[in-house]
Amino acid sequence: MITWRGFLKRFLSDPVAIGSAAVLLVLILMAVFAPLIAPQNPYDLLQLDIMNSDLPPAWRNGGDDQFWLGTDTQGRGVFSTILYGTGISLLIGIGAVLVQGILGITLGLWAGYKGGWVDSFLMRLADIQMSLSTLMIAIIALALFQAAFDANIYADYAIFMLILIIGMAEWPKFARTVRSSVLGEKNKEYVDAARVIGLPARKVMWGHILPNAMTPVLVISTIQVAEAIMTEAALSFLGLGMPTDKPSLGSLIRSGFEFIFSGSWWITLYPAIVLVTLVLALNLLGDWLRDVLNPKLRRGDD
Amino acid sequence: MHIVAFLIRRAIQAVIVMFVISLIGFSIQDNLGDPLQEMVGQSVSEAEREILREDLGLNDPFLTQYGRFLGNAVQGDLGTSYFFKRPALEVIMDKFPATFELVLGSVFIFLALSIPGGIYCAINRDKWLAKTIMTASIVGISVPVFLTAILLVWLFGVELQWLPAFGRGDTYELPWGWETGFLTLDGLSHLVLPCIALSSIMLPLFIRLIRAEMMEAMGTDYVRFARAKGLSTARVRYVHAFRNTLLPVVTVGGLMIGTLIAYTILTETVFQWPGMGFLFLEAINRVDTPLIIAYIIVVGLIFVVVNTIVDFVYTLINPMVKLPGAKS
Amino acid sequence: MALLDVKNLHVAFPRGKKGDVEALRGVDLTLEKGQRLGVVGESGAGKSMLAFAILNLIADPGRVTQGSVTFDGQNLLELSERQIRRIRGNRISMIFQDPMVTLNPVLTIGKQMIETLKAHRSISTREARRLSVEKLNLVAIPSAASRMDSYPHELSGGLRQRVVIAIALLTDPELIIADEPTTALDVTIQAEIMSLILRLCRENEVALILITHDLGVVAEVTERLMIMYAGKCVETGRTRDIIDAPKHPYAVGLLKALPQNSTKGAKLYQIPGSMPPITNLPVGCPYHPRCERATDKCRAAIPPLAHGVACFHPMHENGPYGDMEAAQ
Repeated sequence: MITWRGFLKRFLSDPVAIGSAAVLLVLILMAVFAPLIAPQNPYDLLQLDIMNSDLPPAWRNGGDDQFWLGTDTQGRGVFSTILYGTGISLLIGIGAVLVQGILGITLGLWAGYKGGWVDSFLMRLADIQMSLSTLMIAIIALALFQAAFDANIYADYAIFMLILIIGMAEWPKFARTVRSSVLGEKNKEYVDAARVIGLPARKVMWGHILPNAMTPVLVISTIQVAEAIMTEAALSFLGLGMPTDKPSLGSLIRSGFEFIFSGSWWITLYPAIVLVTLVLALNLLGDWLRDVLNPKLRRGDD
Repeated sequence: MHIVAFLIRRAIQAVIVMFVISLIGFSIQDNLGDPLQEMVGQSVSEAEREILREDLGLNDPFLTQYGRFLGNAVQGDLGTSYFFKRPALEVIMDKFPATFELVLGSVFIFLALSIPGGIYCAINRDKWLAKTIMTASIVGISVPVFLTAILLVWLFGVELQWLPAFGRGDTYELPWGWETGFLTLDGLSHLVLPCIALSSIMLPLFIRLIRAEMMEAMGTDYVRFARAKGLSTARVRYVHAFRNTLLPVVTVGGLMIGTLIAYTILTETVFQWPGMGFLFLEAINRVDTPLIIAYIIVVGLIFVVVNTIVDFVYTLINPMVKLPGAKS
Repeated sequence: MALLDVKNLHVAFPRGKKGDVEALRGVDLTLEKGQRLGVVGESGAGKSMLAFAILNLIADPGRVTQGSVTFDGQNLLELSERQIRRIRGNRISMIFQDPMVTLNPVLTIGKQMIETLKAHRSISTREARRLSVEKLNLVAIPSAASRMDSYPHELSGGLRQRVVIAIALLTDPELIIADEPTTALDVTIQAEIMSLILRLCRENEVALILITHDLGVVAEVTERLMIMYAGKCVETGRTRDIIDAPKHPYAVGLLKALPQNSTKGAKLYQIPGSMPPITNLPVGCPYHPRCERATDKCRAAIPPLAHGVACFHPMHENGPYGDMEAAQ
């Protein structure tokens, strides 16, 4: 079993892990403290001045020191919008993974423990859902949602819809992981021991099997957050995600996209860089976690 | 004989799936928006609208309307687009050549790069080129897909101005009405960036997959036995090892069809490529419900058909999987 | 001149900072034309390593570090890849242990046989097919001609191994190296396959190196015997001699452990302890931790192979070497 000390030791000895964790921490802090550190609140219409629009980054000709990374067509500082946008991207990413996690773990536990037709049915469903990619399901679901509701109503509920839809589309991954852990643990003696004492199935599942199944769940969680953030960014880019007045990084890229031809490249570039950095850090960290927590890959000198 | 049984079974499955899709599609359409509102102006009175509703059968029970919908669908009538005022199916099929050519070009580039790339990286694990490709593919997986497209647009279209970055350019109309971009220089130049962008989305994953599978195949006993028989290195690699590599790759490919359709929509958006995906997004913006539903149904059909083809191809290359209905 | 003459063969695997680990630590072997030699030992003793090393098929990162393998006057280890390919599968054939993983699952039996012939001779496909069917008949495979188009998974284990034997005989080799040819088969078929191999080798005057952990089989099939332990040969000589009067304590233990050598009702003998892994060998004679005859000399130095035994205190019951211990 992996111990906290061993874990910490491996973490501190791996520059990639430390680097990605540090970057991630910075981004999260930036997002959480956005209201405090952003030079202006880009969503407070009273603070915007259309005269400030389309300014390039501060170090270029025509730039303004007040707007470090330049402004967009409505006079919003790009740096400020990035701070807020990162927060929204993270919120959706983590929220979606929570939904997938709870849904997937529950279904996976059930399928693995009960077996039989419950298992077959759920796994078949998972198969079908996995072959229709998450992105496609989300596109269709959001398209229908947008068509059904007024644009304003949509804007208010967009964030919930995104979390819900991405969450519900990706449950198979968690379910499969938990299910295989359950199938592996089911045959171990402590399960029989618990049953013999007379514990009801639910208790056996949650109290005994689940803790052992959590390691692989932890491994995929980080990577799934990265996936969710990327999916949301793609959806927002298509116009199906967060609206422009409450943008995530994806929506920011979308709103800047039309202007790369006319020269205001900074509106798209900086949000894009932040997005890539965020996803890369999460992926690297997730890969590292997988290597560390996978018992089969553990080296002999642990 | 076996092939016929397989096809019949898959056809039945496909029909069932299409039933489900059309049912969902129709019930959504039923609840979304009021067709009457789109068809007639504000000035029509309520009484006249009611008469119109009766005439159009909009007050009939759900199943009757659904039946009518199905009947029309099978004949190719998937409703009329609010915006274009033309049959939805016709509008979609107009854009089909554009999307098809985009996908075709991308698949071509993808196959040409991923298979040799993956094999090369497996065989020459330690050469710097292989290592570079592998690192690039890890980065590639982490970069959100539309960003690579945007990067290509900006780099080659805006900064360097080497290639056009949106639209299809000039097309040539083939005798049966198909507008193709392959036969004009302008059309071809417009195809380059979008096809590279779309194929680059799938490349990193498949290069890594092919490399991993090839490496595993090269380590098997039957490859060792082939070498012990004195077969040439080329034969050992490309006949013995590679044939086995294909199987899992085809399987994974089959699972990625939905993703490919989604990525096509993304690519068409970035490049303003006038294909079905771009049309779909415009329809969403305009709340052109019949068009939205029609697109979903058409894409559903494409999905089912392509899946069947992939499954069929898989049974062809894997002798251990018999076509259902075959005797062993 | 001997057909095969192996001298001082060393095979090593690099282990990073800890240096190399030797899997074969100086093995000698001589084989005459048509002679049958058994190589016996536990798993990990280095038997398979020896087989692969002879044909220079040691997989990366292992490699042959010392020694020579002289076949018909040529040192196989010094040949180029191209040259040794003319020997592999042609003049020296191999039979692997598990036919299910030896034969490529996605290629037909016929293809795998024909390719072997075509690799070594310029021969038409039709002629190659004819010859293959001939060999399949030789190993008693029913309906040989139609079997050519079968896939490996369509045959039973015993039949598959017969196919592998047929492939080994396709090119009329001078030497067959059989690495545990019956271990993966049903007990009931093992004897059949073994006697088939024996008969074919006798009839065609093919030399045989039979690698196995089964002493019983060795007694019936081979003329000479070599016992391996921890990467070295510890006893070698005529099979009959060794079986009747083993000299190395390990050989004594092995024979004592055979069911047919135990008295009825008594507990089966087992050599205490287990063979050390090559990564963690004791100083001196590798067998001394398990040996009842071990002395300080054994713990200090590795005994050289002398008079067919690598031991400082070999058994000398009834043998002409009674004064060996006194001489040392």
